[in-house]
Amino acid sequence: MIDFIAAKYNYLICVCLMMIGFYAVIAKQNLMKKIIGLSIFQTSVFLFYISMAKVTDGTAPIVWEGAVRYDNPLPHVLILTAIVVSVSTTAVAIALMINIYKAYGTIEDSKIREIEAGESGGSVSR
Amino acid sequence: MINLMLLLFLVVIAIAAIQAKDLLNSIMYLSVYSLFMALVWTELNAVDVAFTEAAVGAGVSGVFMIAALTRMNRFESSRERTGLGKYFPMAVVAVTAAMLFYATVDMPAYMDPEAPIHKHVAPYYIEHSEHETGSVNIVTSVLASYRGFDTLGETSVVFTAAISVILLLRRRDKNEK
Amino acid sequence: MKNDVILRTVARCMVPFILLFAFYVQAHGEISPGGGFQAGVIFASAFILIALAVGKEKAREKFKQKISDFTCSLGLMIYAGIGFITILFGGLFLEYGKLPFGSAEKGNHLGMIGIELGVGIAVASVMVTIFFEIARKEDD
Repeated sequence: MIDFIAAKYNYLICVCLMMIGFYAVIAKQNLMKKIIGLSIFQTSVFLFYISMAKVTDGTAPIVWEGAVRYDNPLPHVLILTAIVVSVSTTAVAIALMINIYKAYGTIEDSKIREIEAGESGGSVSR
Repeated sequence: MINLMLLLFLVVIAIAAIQAKDLLNSIMYLSVYSLFMALVWTELNAVDVAFTEAAVGAGVSGVFMIAALTRMNRFESSRERTGLGKYFPMAVVAVTAAMLFYATVDMPAYMDPEAPIHKHVAPYYIEHSEHETGSVNIVTSVLASYRGFDTLGETSVVFTAAISVILLLRRRDKNEK
Repeated sequence: MKNDVILRTVARCMVPFILLFAFYVQAHGEISPGGGFQAGVIFASAFILIALAVGKEKAREKFKQKISDFTCSLGLMIYAGIGFITILFGGLFLEYGKLPFGSAEKGNHLGMIGIELGVGIAVASVMVTIFFEIARKEDD
């Protein structure tokens, strides 16, 4: 058990971070909290990729004479672009949230649901 | 060892970020989280990624969120769920976590040079990058040359995100040109 | 905050250095960490700093909406355009080795610099656009 944890602690902590983000997405009512949870979730996936790229005695993948072995550059490339894409998608999520706030005056999921229920009952009209 | 310390600290900051009632605090915790993530990546030798994370995650992403927060209520004001609904998310998370922990048993050990990921195309990139593209930084040569098509797709995604934000938020006013 | 003299002066002093650093990162993508994505974000952060410290209108004067909308597309067009130019020279899409710069290695190197420039322009203007759209108040 100790050997297992010592050999794979990076992956285990990835899972922990991912579950923290997942919990925020499904349990929190506030939309901003959900976006923050999504960011944490994304970052945990990035950490998983970069952990796989690391090798013993590896150096950063920039060519020089003294290198024994380089880390795998491929996950670095994928994650480098994924980070920029993730901030763009977060920005789209924020834009949607701002529009929700404009329409309902709140970003709390439960209150939005109450307003929706009131509207469908026909008692409130906009 | 320093890697493990940073990773445990990351878990603590992540919990603090989702537990804070003040959303501004929450966003600042997220920025700190990103900055520590950049440190972790420097430690894992992913210097290009660390650079991007420090600029994007810790900088611009937090600014976007705070800019959005200036337009709305700063405090989280949700009622707690009651009854079984309160424990349901926790149960889902526990089951998913158990499955993912079980999945890590099949992963190759951390830092193993014999792992399958290092056997496929990566040795070719490392060996040929310098004399085929004249670029010392292997990450840049893979990004721009060997996998240029991927990067074109990623740039299109970023462009599409800008178009979406413009469509969602920009209004045509009389005084705007 | 916008009336704080120290803040405004320091922000104004820092902006040229941030822009210079962005160009440095853009130009040294091949030999050190960095490249178009990072340079674009750093370039955009200079304008975000002006917007936060001096005012959004002042920052928008420096990088007008029309121009940023145009450069968003321009960056992507440079990238895809280089891809199509290589087809004109008889290569595959994005096969820079076929560009007429003498050797395949030279073509690869210059092609990479070209598309990094496209990525940098696109990312910088996208980040500036997103910031100004999100930070827009209801009344302006």
